[in-house]
Amino acid sequence: AMLDPERGLSLTIARVVQRLQGSSLHSQLERQARVSLHKPEIKLESLKEDIKDFLKTSGWEKKLQNAVYSELNVFPSPCHPAAPPEHIKEPLAYMRKAQGSWEKRILKSLNSMCTELNIPLAQKRPVNEQKELLNKWNEMGTDEPDLSLFRPVYAPKDFLEVLMNLRNPNYENGEQPSFRNHLGLIQVPLKVKDIPELKEDFSELGLNIGQLGIDDSAQVPPEFFENEHVRIGQKVLAEQDSAAAQQYVRQGCPTALRADLWALILNISNQPEDILYYEQLKSNVIQHDLLVDSLIYKDVKLTASNDDYYFVFEDYLYQVLLCFSRDTSVLEHFTYSSATPPKSYIQGKLGMEEYAVFYPPNGMINYNSFILSVAPLCFLYHEPSKLYQIFREMYVRFFFRLHSISSHPSGIVSLCLLFETLLQTHLPQLFYHLREIGAQPLRISFKWMVRAFSGYLATDQLLLLWDRILGYNSLEILAVLAAAVFAFRAVNLMEVTSLAAAEAVLADLSTLKVMPLLQIFLFATVT
Amino acid sequence: FRIMAGKVKWVTDIEKSVLINNFEKRGWIQVAENEDWNFYWMSVQTIRNVFSVETGYRLSDDQIVNHFPNHYELTRKDLMVKNIKRYRKELEKEGSPLAEKDENGKYIYLDFVPVTFMLPADYNLFVEEFRKNPSSTWIMKPCGKAQGKGIFLINKLSQIKKWSRDSKTSSFVSQSSKEAYVISLYINNPLLIGGKKFDLRLYVLVSTYRPLRCYMYKLGFCRFCTVKYTPSTSELDNMFVHLTNVAIQKHGDDYNHIHGGKWTVSNLRLYLESTRGKEVTNKLFDEIHWIIVQSLKAVAPVMNNDKHCFECYGYDIIIDDKLKPWLIEVNASPSLTSSTANDRILKYNLINDTLNIAVPNGEIPDCKWNKSPPKEVLGNYEVLYDEEMAQSDGPDRDLRSRPGQSTGVKGSRARDSGKPVLTTWK
Repeated sequence: AMLDPERGLSLTIARVVQRLQGSSLHSQLERQARVSLHKPEIKLESLKEDIKDFLKTSGWEKKLQNAVYSELNVFPSPCHPAAPPEHIKEPLAYMRKAQGSWEKRILKSLNSMCTELNIPLAQKRPVNEQKELLNKWNEMGTDEPDLSLFRPVYAPKDFLEVLMNLRNPNYENGEQPSFRNHLGLIQVPLKVKDIPELKEDFSELGLNIGQLGIDDSAQVPPEFFENEHVRIGQKVLAEQDSAAAQQYVRQGCPTALRADLWALILNISNQPEDILYYEQLKSNVIQHDLLVDSLIYKDVKLTASNDDYYFVFEDYLYQVLLCFSRDTSVLEHFTYSSATPPKSYIQGKLGMEEYAVFYPPNGMINYNSFILSVAPLCFLYHEPSKLYQIFREMYVRFFFRLHSISSHPSGIVSLCLLFETLLQTHLPQLFYHLREIGAQPLRISFKWMVRAFSGYLATDQLLLLWDRILGYNSLEILAVLAAAVFAFRAVNLMEVTSLAAAEAVLADLSTLKVMPLLQIFLFATVT
Repeated sequence: FRIMAGKVKWVTDIEKSVLINNFEKRGWIQVAENEDWNFYWMSVQTIRNVFSVETGYRLSDDQIVNHFPNHYELTRKDLMVKNIKRYRKELEKEGSPLAEKDENGKYIYLDFVPVTFMLPADYNLFVEEFRKNPSSTWIMKPCGKAQGKGIFLINKLSQIKKWSRDSKTSSFVSQSSKEAYVISLYINNPLLIGGKKFDLRLYVLVSTYRPLRCYMYKLGFCRFCTVKYTPSTSELDNMFVHLTNVAIQKHGDDYNHIHGGKWTVSNLRLYLESTRGKEVTNKLFDEIHWIIVQSLKAVAPVMNNDKHCFECYGYDIIIDDKLKPWLIEVNASPSLTSSTANDRILKYNLINDTLNIAVPNGEIPDCKWNKSPPKEVLGNYEVLYDEEMAQSDGPDRDLRSRPGQSTGVKGSRARDSGKPVLTTWK
């Protein structure tokens, strides 16, 4: 149901106010206002105006602006006030149903593993074990627990199968002939953008606009673009303006400024209470052992420990993920995610709501897919609580959409469809050829997108790509890049005759330069 | 019967595929040592024989070898330190600004080797220094060994009682070089990444010492310790924590064969720029280039600058947590064994680029050539210092070469600035 803009605006305002009320920012603003009463420039006759001016000049108004901006970025626009909460999670009923079935399946897998191994989902750690864990908190990577019996709850391949089987029961084949011709793996009629629309959305990536990742290369004198861009970046940081930062990073972040720019966009300031919260999570980890911890260990060992770049940060990954699994504030994101956290019941009280808890505390079971999304952040942040907050915010803003079934334009289903559509429309020969030889392109590119390319690109290139995710507040660029990679290697791909050979051509992305690829695909390819 | 004239004839006593594949791909012909050869990639034992008084022989104009006769002036730990100390004193004597000292008497620009003494000869001097800092840790290294063999740490004088005894014996006792040790102050505040200690391995090619012409390989790497670094004294005996030589690390329980605990230098650069900022990172890399060039200048006067020779050194450098680089040692025969697939590729390319510079056009060499290769053949090397070019220019020439992004991140910026007065370097 469409909402008139004014009604939508007031609903949005009401929601933002409700969310910020009672936050630490709110109490800090109140305190600042009270403190300002002692200042000579605050006069009783013009109290309200004077305080407002004071908050502006002291930078507090900017902090409030950033917080509001952050809320607007994260939460979707409100729908009709009569719409039930599940519509905010996911408006399409069949998608909700599919996500529900998928979750049931995962939970079943987890529970059976539990029963098989006779391990409780959670138990309190004995005191000596607690001490031991505290001592080796910074080097959990050297631990070698026996993980042979644990298996990841699901593999990316399983998830892809589920997405391939999605069908809209209300959809009749005859209605949209263009979609009937869709020959990819995804068979649901979601609306995705075409290249003209993408060109508009990603206009800052155009050929006439300077980019980091292109115009800072060795052959280009820095006076052309790089120096000025760095100067602007420093200014944006000095002003502490989230919105400006988000606009700025569309052209890429200078390496020295990236950590601060991302923190500004994500509105992370690492206040004392944030550090305290992290320490609290850490002590939760020490005190209680969760089954999911073993799954985390296993997943880290399988993914990051063997990576050329990320192996160094193995220990940080354990710290971040173990804390993450205990973080109940993550439950908040389920209001706008199509996923629902699994519930567990105290032993013997199955089905009794008063004995239900979310398991694990943050509602997330499978870590395999997003461990690699923590690792690149270790290149930017080496203070644990800041690293943690940045990761958490990145997850609840972006990466969660890669692991749940939804109709959101940045959801994995839309990304897959966008990728396939781009490929089929603009490289039809390649698409048909690969399909003919049993190498549906999505089978290869799925793992790239579901991991936001982490573990496939060189780190500096990955960071340039994620600059744009933050800048455009969307994951669509992942699908565009995936298509651009296929376009880049089209000549070799046309010559392969099997899925394995196609995989081989696309096995090594570590030498790719993402920005030229994106630019050429969007702006320099004749359509 | 093919006419072989015109093809380079090669010999080696190091059976490594990265070498042999490179020779074969150039169409060179393998011959035996006693035959006529043009190119001999030899081990350090062999070079000793070639240039020794008893067994040595003259090399002809069309013969090239991969070591300088007395490379040990740089590559033996005790001689390297001796030459650097001598160099500094000479600069001080001539009043050079390079030899400037700070208020604590430390060289501002030339303090890049950790305090080192020879044992047993300098035992008493060492004790004096040790007592100034009794809680310090020192690392004992045998002068003549490589790959981390025979190295151990001490933090108590009693642990090196043996050398105290030896120093008191008659001064006519000749110490065979096998028993001589150097003892250096251990860098106990290394820069840690992910909580792990690492060192830098950089490759430097020297084609001539007088005039000094040297190249740095852009694709150096960091070698990480597999076990978490802790400065605690109980860990002193755990060599896996402290030593970063791959040969030792390979046997640690945690050693991972897929990545071999290495990072490229560009990764390091990305990490440092992102977490510490661009200026301090640039400063660090400038300093690293600086200390390499200074170490070469220090030994240049005593090096036998035989025109048949070139040499590819493996420099080991440790960065401390104040981002100061320290020269630990220089290897004459950097390992050509590969621990991973990436490693194999790197070493293959290293040899390839080295041969392109040392043996121009892959043709039979003439050792009298000017040793000035054109820029196109440098490959992944960049000019680190060219004394001839530096002296021919008047003003400081700041050649900021920003190398290609083969790994996507700008590599080290080698400066080719001439004058020792360091407006560009410091």
